Amino acid sequence: MRDELSRSGKGQAMEEYNFAYLDEQTKRMIRRALLKGMAVPGYQVPFASREMPMPYGWGTGGVQVSAAVMVPEDCFKVIDQGADDTTNAVSIRRFFERTAGVAVTERTGEATVIQTRHRIPEQPLEEGQILVYQVPIPEPLRFLEPSEVETRKMHALEEYGLMHVKLYEDIARHGEISTSYAYPVKVEGRYVMDPSPIPKFDNPKLRMAAIQLFGAGREQRIYALPPWCEVVSLDFEDYPFQASRADHDCDLCGAEGSYLDEVITDDAGGRMFVCSDTDFCAGRRDAGHLGRLGATEDVA
Amino acid sequence: MAMAADALTGGFTDAPRQSARAFRAALEAMARPGSVHPLTDLAQAPDPVSPAAATLLLVLCDPETPVFLAGAHDCAAVRDWITFHTGAPLAPAAEATFALGPWQALMPLSAYAPGTPEYPDRSATLIVDGDFAGQPVTLSGPGIETTTHAVLPDIAALQANAAGFPLGLDFYFTSGAELMALPRSTRIASAEES
Ligand SMILES: [Zn+2]
Repeated sequence: MRDELSRSGKGQAMEEYNFAYLDEQTKRMIRRALLKGMAVPGYQVPFASREMPMPYGWGTGGVQVSAAVMVPEDCFKVIDQGADDTTNAVSIRRFFERTAGVAVTERTGEATVIQTRHRIPEQPLEEGQILVYQVPIPEPLRFLEPSEVETRKMHALEEYGLMHVKLYEDIARHGEISTSYAYPVKVEGRYVMDPSPIPKFDNPKLRMAAIQLFGAGREQRIYALPPWCEVVSLDFEDYPFQASRADHDCDLCGAEGSYLDEVITDDAGGRMFVCSDTDFCAGRRDAGHLGRLGATEDVA
Repeated sequence: MAMAADALTGGFTDAPRQSARAFRAALEAMARPGSVHPLTDLAQAPDPVSPAAATLLLVLCDPETPVFLAGAHDCAAVRDWITFHTGAPLAPAAEATFALGPWQALMPLSAYAPGTPEYPDRSATLIVDGDFAGQPVTLSGPGIETTTHAVLPDIAALQANAAGFPLGLDFYFTSGAELMALPRSTRIASAEES
């Protein structure tokens, strides 16, 4: 990350960049797109994505959205599949610490802007918070129809039959809808939207008190969900949507009903299940909750 | 064509940070229709533009966004101020990305672009500045947990706009240092009916 920054910065110090890195005209363009996204929930607004001093896979769409909404008083959190401490998350957090001078945190409850890759925090978000998603492929119909002209027409005409056919073929083949990530949703009865590659476990949380913004850098799309927006996971009367539920409690904090990662603990096939949301898990342990292995595992 | 003296003043002193705070309020307002948001970082344009409307212009307008001025807002001092501070071209209603004026002067809503089925974002945003003859309404829809109350002008025209969703116009209502938003997605009922 540091190398990326200095290369694209042409030797300039970070202090010479504008507040939150992007120039004002770029931020205005992104801000206008965000307002349209808010006014037409689930619709993908085109925007002119800028080069960012990090590779596309690192969430440049999310970074540009975060830069456009950020104020100097914000407290910023970044999670990568639930964890605050991956290289990706740490780099993006540092980027805004340096370019915007904002405070940073790993605590969901303290953060005002949370940029996320592929998870929604376990702790419910509140009014005044903004959740910014990094989106790799914003078009939920893309794997059914490669042409952008065609998918745009399908959204315009509400032609979502193909999507239902795909899900139904899933049922025919697997006895259930096997899609477990990026599970498509319908927003306010109108647009079919890709919630980004969150596990379908997180889909019920998409109706929330906070603002949700989605940024796809390479694909140059922004979309949004206002607070309390109606978000329905696509399903069938005889095969209703079911958010996957773990068969286990978290081995560290004992949480029932959080999203778990499986962790291999030794060469002998030992394994444990732990909350993917590291802040949630640590918060529970700090509060005295212990799971099956919570007392013995070194979790620092 | 001498510029009015105050065309050059009233901008931000620290545009990046002041714009950021003002946009955040504008975003929260659009995300929560009917809620009133005070702006802390204010621009000052010539009369009759309110500080809240002037701030929205600075935050959202630039050479990419044609602006239509209606009624008393369409005066030389305001035109010069917008040109100097934003670089936005002035345009007829049908070509405008943003329109500014009092409610009555902005009418009819059919004068503005509502977007296209493929690109509903290619639509105008109206900044309704100053007082209007309003009626109490009950709002529901995206951004509103159950229902909320507001006062809006010409319910029938705004209901017709909402009925065209996903096409349609979005609105900011500005007065003094405060703003409120009404996106096309909001369902509007006369408070007497509900
Ligand atoms: Zn846990």
